[in-house]
Order: sequence, then structure tokens, then C-alpha cells
Amino acid sequence: MTVEDQRGSLVDGDAGQDRFPVGMRVLAVDDDPICLKVLNTLLQKCQYHVTTTNQAVLALKMLRENRNKFDLVISDVNMPDMDGFKLLEHVGLEMDLPVIMLSAHSDTKLVMKGVTHGACDYLLKPVRIEELKNIWQHVLRRKKFDCKEQNKSPNEDKGGHGTGDSGQDVTSTGNAEQSKLSRKRKDQNEDEEEEDEENENENEDPSNQKKPRVVWSVELHRKFVAAVNQLGLEKAFPKKILDLMNVEGLTRENVASHLQKYRLYLKRVNVMATQQASMAAVLGVNDSSYLRMASLDGFGDIRTLAGSGRLSSSALSSSYTPGGMLGRLNSTAGLTLRGITSSGLIQPSGQNLSSSVNGLGKLQPTLLPSNQSASLFQGIPTSLELNQLQQSKFITPIGDFNPIRNSTGFTVATSFPDNRVTVASSNSLLSSVSSNPLVLQGNPQHNRGAFGNQSPLGVVSRTPDSFNIRSGGSSDFLDNNRSNESWQGAVQLSRFSSTSLPLSEPFNQDQLLSNNSNISSTSPHIGNSPISFPSTSAVSAPLEDSRGNTQCQEGFIGNVVQNMNYTSKQRWEEQKQNYNQNLNHTVSAVNFMVSANGIVSPFGRSLEQNNATCSKSFDVSLIPQLHGGALSIGQHSEVEKSDLDTKMNDNADYLLEQTKLQDGFMHNSYDSLDDIMNSMAKREHNQMMLSDGEFGFDAYSLGSCL
Amino acid sequence: MDKNLSQRQLDMKRSLLDQGYLDEQFIQLEELQDEDSPNFVEEMVTTFYNNSARLLENIEQALVTGPIDFAKLDNYMHQFKGSSSSIGATRVKNECTRFREHCTAANAEGCIRTFLRVKQEHTILRTKLETYFQLARQAGPSASGGGAKVR
Repeated sequence: MTVEDQRGSLVDGDAGQDRFPVGMRVLAVDDDPICLKVLNTLLQKCQYHVTTTNQAVLALKMLRENRNKFDLVISDVNMPDMDGFKLLEHVGLEMDLPVIMLSAHSDTKLVMKGVTHGACDYLLKPVRIEELKNIWQHVLRRKKFDCKEQNKSPNEDKGGHGTGDSGQDVTSTGNAEQSKLSRKRKDQNEDEEEEDEENENENEDPSNQKKPRVVWSVELHRKFVAAVNQLGLEKAFPKKILDLMNVEGLTRENVASHLQKYRLYLKRVNVMATQQASMAAVLGVNDSSYLRMASLDGFGDIRTLAGSGRLSSSALSSSYTPGGMLGRLNSTAGLTLRGITSSGLIQPSGQNLSSSVNGLGKLQPTLLPSNQSASLFQGIPTSLELNQLQQSKFITPIGDFNPIRNSTGFTVATSFPDNRVTVASSNSLLSSVSSNPLVLQGNPQHNRGAFGNQSPLGVVSRTPDSFNIRSGGSSDFLDNNRSNESWQGAVQLSRFSSTSLPLSEPFNQDQLLSNNSNISSTSPHIGNSPISFPSTSAVSAPLEDSRGNTQCQEGFIGNVVQNMNYTSKQRWEEQKQNYNQNLNHTVSAVNFMVSANGIVSPFGRSLEQNNATCSKSFDVSLIPQLHGGALSIGQHSEVEKSDLDTKMNDNADYLLEQTKLQDGFMHNSYDSLDDIMNSMAKREHNQMMLSDGEFGFDAYSLGSCL
Repeated sequence: MDKNLSQRQLDMKRSLLDQGYLDEQFIQLEELQDEDSPNFVEEMVTTFYNNSARLLENIEQALVTGPIDFAKLDNYMHQFKGSSSSIGATRVKNECTRFREHCTAANAEGCIRTFLRVKQEHTILRTKLETYFQLARQAGPSASGGGAKVR
């Protein structure tokens, strides 16, 4: 067997890799115990060192703990807790490990998806041992590529390095190619020099050969994006980026490969952006903001976009539209995103909150500058986190509405039912806006009409508690009342009194607050000012329990959920979460808005139930809402109520409130809003229609993922 | 006697293969069996049946309860198909494929029909494999797994 023949020289730079591929460390992930066991046995037969797990989440955790513990990951595509592709993205981004996808499906589309997500290979079940015998080539290829910069790469390139065994033939070829490639890449002589040296000592300490993989943390990525933006995408050459970033230990190779990924990501985003742009055009809002969102410089975008790129674009465009419409209100696109960011703070880790908070600050009405995007993402990540937390705690902050006028940007935080936490976060967002915990929420119970002015506002004040819920632990949020309140508070974006953000912890309440202030011009009267508008939407956000989530989410939730799902799927990882979250949030926000009307039931499990209900209402509500331009919070109230449980009712109230708000607000609605709403409504409607299906799917995946 | 038993085992296996109940995957599994894991295949099959029973139940539930959710059904069946193919249960796998076709077409009646066939094949195979493993056990450790070994 070739495997066995491979001996020595090919140093992977990892301990125990002397006889590569023998002893190659593989992580196998598959939810089906049969397949996993078979895979395990087969891999062991190939003399690899195998670790198995049936949970993607666990796998990711293991990988994150120590990137260098594994050489290769084999993962199933369909898994309940996380989509295989999402895992793939995460691994690719965070750890840059080769990933092989496994599936019983031989659908071309899936294979394509695998490729676009960066999979090294796509195997069909049942897996045969012959196919497994050659998977080590992927590891080798990647190592060589990565090593280039490490100066050791020359060694490998040289092909001579080492191995000399017959088995090496393949490698040497590869090496040769690699070396050529690396040579080209590195004009710098360092490589050459190193190569020469290395050649002799192939087995030189691995450390030389391979620098530890670079983890593209949020911070690092941010710098990267900043550098790229500074240079301009066309002129963004790895060397220059590297210089600009000025990070120690980062090699040009690292940057180059990351840049490549980033570019792919942007491409994906652009697709969305175009969609968004069109939407924006329809809406008549600032395209820029909208586009911005789409392009999101990056931070979050990449991640989210890449992973969820699909989602984001679609979410943004489609789902967004409904929800986004609201966002559009301001700068439309920007809004949602913005709002999202802020709202995105999904509590779970609190970190998100901070990020979201940051985002929130950024959100302010202006177009979402890339920063915002980032922040958005941050917010979104929170949602991700939420997912992680549990069940989709989506807290999708609904974007800020700044655009309209005062940047109402409300971040509707649609927290997913499970994790109230998220809600909290969202609340925080909202609260930040209104400073009262949830602004809009108004009286969940019924504020239909009141929404505009009354209850929501009233509720808002309560928010501090509600927000606290967040900190408290999400369950509060779930409570209907709580949620309402919190929502209310949150909704009150208009309030933006930026105070209370009880969000507790992670949120940089200050930030949020600050944002809020901007946003809020608000006056609680939701009905009148656009601000209130957000509140309505915000209201929907509180996702309370699964049930609630659906409702609140209404559009948002749906979006959120979608986002969440999306995110979860894409989960770019925790770090990326921010991105995702933002994305989600944005999307959610958008959706939220839209769904507000129809109470888009959260994707999650509960969503399914709710979806049915919500979607119905939603659609209906959305459309009208949209016109109103006000948040699409929509009318679902009536529908929602009956359908949804008490929680739902609360949500419904929200919606109602929102609806009312919207109505009232709508009138105020700005032309742009109207347009937006209309378009949103339409989209929403479509979305809603689709959402059922989508949601269902998402919910499913979400559920599974969660 | 041993020879007879192991020969019978071989014959049975051949017949199962010929009739399409099992395929190459099963052979491969047997090849994986060695001194370290002498009952590997049997264990796998047992695990498979335990696991799949649950899955089949879920599918059945989904089919009879309320409006059929084809997406969910498809998902379950996909899982089941993956498992079946991993142990080499060809016929079962084929029925699964047909089931999924009906799912895609949202053909409830077709789904139910094919599902019953899936279940049927599933049960038939189990019986046959039980017999097979019995033979294998009787034939002795050296006779099981390796198939081709004849004492």
C-alpha cells in the first residue's frame, strides 16, 4: 500500500508524522453511528489515527482547542446539529485544514456546494477503503501550500525532501509543482535560500517547516479588511496587505490564501449585493447603504457572507427585504444591518453583545459603512452564539432605522426562543435605542393601536428589566410578559434613550446607548415617528420561547432564524459569529420587520409551528405594512394571537402594535419607506411564502443545528 | 463438520450476494474483520438494526401523522439509506432510493407504498443475516469474516 510505503521524509511538521501518511490524524464527523463506525474502522485500516464524533459542534470545539491536533477532517453533509457545509466553512476559515465531505447524495449541486465551500474532496457513501487510502494527498497539498511561506516549504517543494521513497513519487511531483508555485510566489529569495538549506535537512524541525496555522480571528480579519480597503480591492496584493496589517508572525502566504478566500466571499456577497441593490433601487433608498451591506467590507460579511453568504444575500435581499425594508427606511440597507448589529448582540456570550453594541453604535443611520457591517455581523454573531447557546436564541437586532430620519434604527433583537438570552441582547439593542429596554414592544398584549404611542412606550420603560432578562438568563425573555416588555423596550428603539441596555454584560451598553441616542429621536410615539416604527418591529423581535420567537421574529425572527440557520450553517465560527450574527441580524432584522407582520415564525423548531401561523399573518400583514412603510411588523396580531400561545399573543401584540405602529407610522412613512415597504412587502410576501418552506427547511436545519 | 459449516456460510453469502441482498460493501466489511475485532460485521449489523428500527419508526410516524412533511421524510430516509449502504444492504438501499423519489415528487401514496417495501426488505434481510451469522459462529472464528477461508 502506498500509505505504508510512505515513510519519513515527508515531514508534516507534526509530531509522529514521520511515516506520513501513516499516522495521519483524522477527525471523522458523522451523525450516523453506523457510518461513523465503518469510517472509523476503514480509516484505521489505512493506518491513520482516527478521532470520531457524531456531533459537528463537538468536532468544531475539538478543532478549535488545538488546531494542530488534526491533519484532516472528514465530515458528513447532513447532520442534525450543524450543516456539514457550515462546518466546512468554519474549519476552512479558522483552521485551514483540509476537509473532505461525505454524503450518500451524489447530487451535483451538493458536490458543487462542497467545492465552493472549500472542500478538498467529496466522497459518496458507502465509502470504500480505496478512496480513503489516498486522502492524505490533500493534507500534503495543503501543507505544502501553507509551508511555502514558512520557508520550509522549499523543502517540501523540493520534493526531494525527503522522502525519497517510492511512495514519494506522488508527493514529489506535487512537491515539485508546489515548489514551482511557491517559487513563483515568492520572489523573495528567502525561499530559495531556505530551500537550499532545507533540502538538506528535510527533517529539520517541523517548526521551521511549518509555522503554526494562522487563525484568522475577528481582530485579524478586521485588520485585513481594513488593509484591503485601504489599498482597494484591485490593488490589494498580499505583500502590501501584510505590510499594512503589520502583524507579527503573519506571512505573505497566510495573507495570500486568506485574500483568496476573501475574494471568493466577496463574489458571493456581490451577488447578494446586486440583489440588494435592486431592492434598494426599488425602495428608493440609498443604494449605497444597501450595497454596503451587501458588500460588507468585510468583516462580518466575509464570514457570514461566505458562509452564509448565501443567506445574507438572500436574506438581505429577500428575507431582508421584508425585514430589510424596514431597514431601508433609513438607508434601508444600512438599517437592517445596522440594526442588526446592534441587535445582533445575542447575548449568549455576551461577547456578541459587545460586538453588537459596537455595531449598534455604528449603526447609526448612515449607511452602513463597512464598520457597521462588521458590527452588524457582530451582532449577528451573537445570534450565532445564540444558536450555540441553545436553541436558536436569535436575537436579531433589527436594524436601525436611522435612515428614515432619525435613524430610528431599531435593532430588533429577535431572540430565539430558546435563548432568551438572545432576546436580551436584542433587547439591549433595542433598549439602547430607546434606552428603555424595549421600546417598541409596547404592550405586547395588545397594543395594537397603541403601539404607536402608548403601550410600547410604556413598555419600554420596563425594559430595563426585560433586558435584564437577558442577563438573567434568557428564560425571562421567554416569558411572554417579559418578552413583551423587553420587546417593548427593545422596540422602543425610538426611545433610544440608550440607557438601560440592561443587556448586561456583554453589551456595550454604552455603545448601544450612544447609538440609541442617535437613533432615538424617538419619541416613543411609535405611531408618529418612524422611530416608533422600529419599535414595532423591535417588538416582534423578542423571540421568546420558541413560540414567541416565531412571533416576534415575525419577519425578523424568520430572518433571524434564517440567519441563524444560515449562520449556524455557515457558522463561521464563533469569531465569525459576529459576522454571522450581524448578518443574521441584519437579515433577521429585515425579516423581522417583515415578519413582524406575519410573525414569521422563527425558524427553529418552534418556528415551524409558528411559521404556519405567522407566515400567514405575516404575509398579510406585511404587505400592508410595507406600504405603511412602517415596520412591517404587520398585523399579524390577529392571526398571531390566536395561533400562538400566550407567548405568541404577546408577540402578536407586538405585531399588532407594530402594525399599529406601522399603520400610524406608515402614514408618516416616508416615501421611501413606502417604497421600501412595498417592495418589502412584496418580498416579504414572497418570502413569507417561501419562508414557510424555507423556514421549514431552515427550521429544520436550525433545529437540527441547534 | 467445520468445513461444512463454513462452506455453508460461504454459500449463503454467495447466494445473498447473487440475489442482491448484499453487495461489495458487505464484503469489504468482512475484510475489515480480523483478530482484533472478530465480530466486527455482526456488531455492525446489530447496531444497524437497532438504529434503523428507530429511524423507520420515525418515518412511519411522519407518514401517518397529519400533513406529510416530505422534506423531513426525505431527510430521515436519506439517513437510513446512508446506513443501509454502509453495511451493504443493497435491496434496502434501492427501496430507499425509490422512496425518496416519491418524496421529491410529493407523492404520498407512493411514499407509503415504497416505505412498506423498505420495511419488508429490511426485515427479510435481518432474518437472512441472522442465519448467516449463526452459521458463521458455528463454523468457528476462523471461518467467519474472511469468507474465503475454508478450514
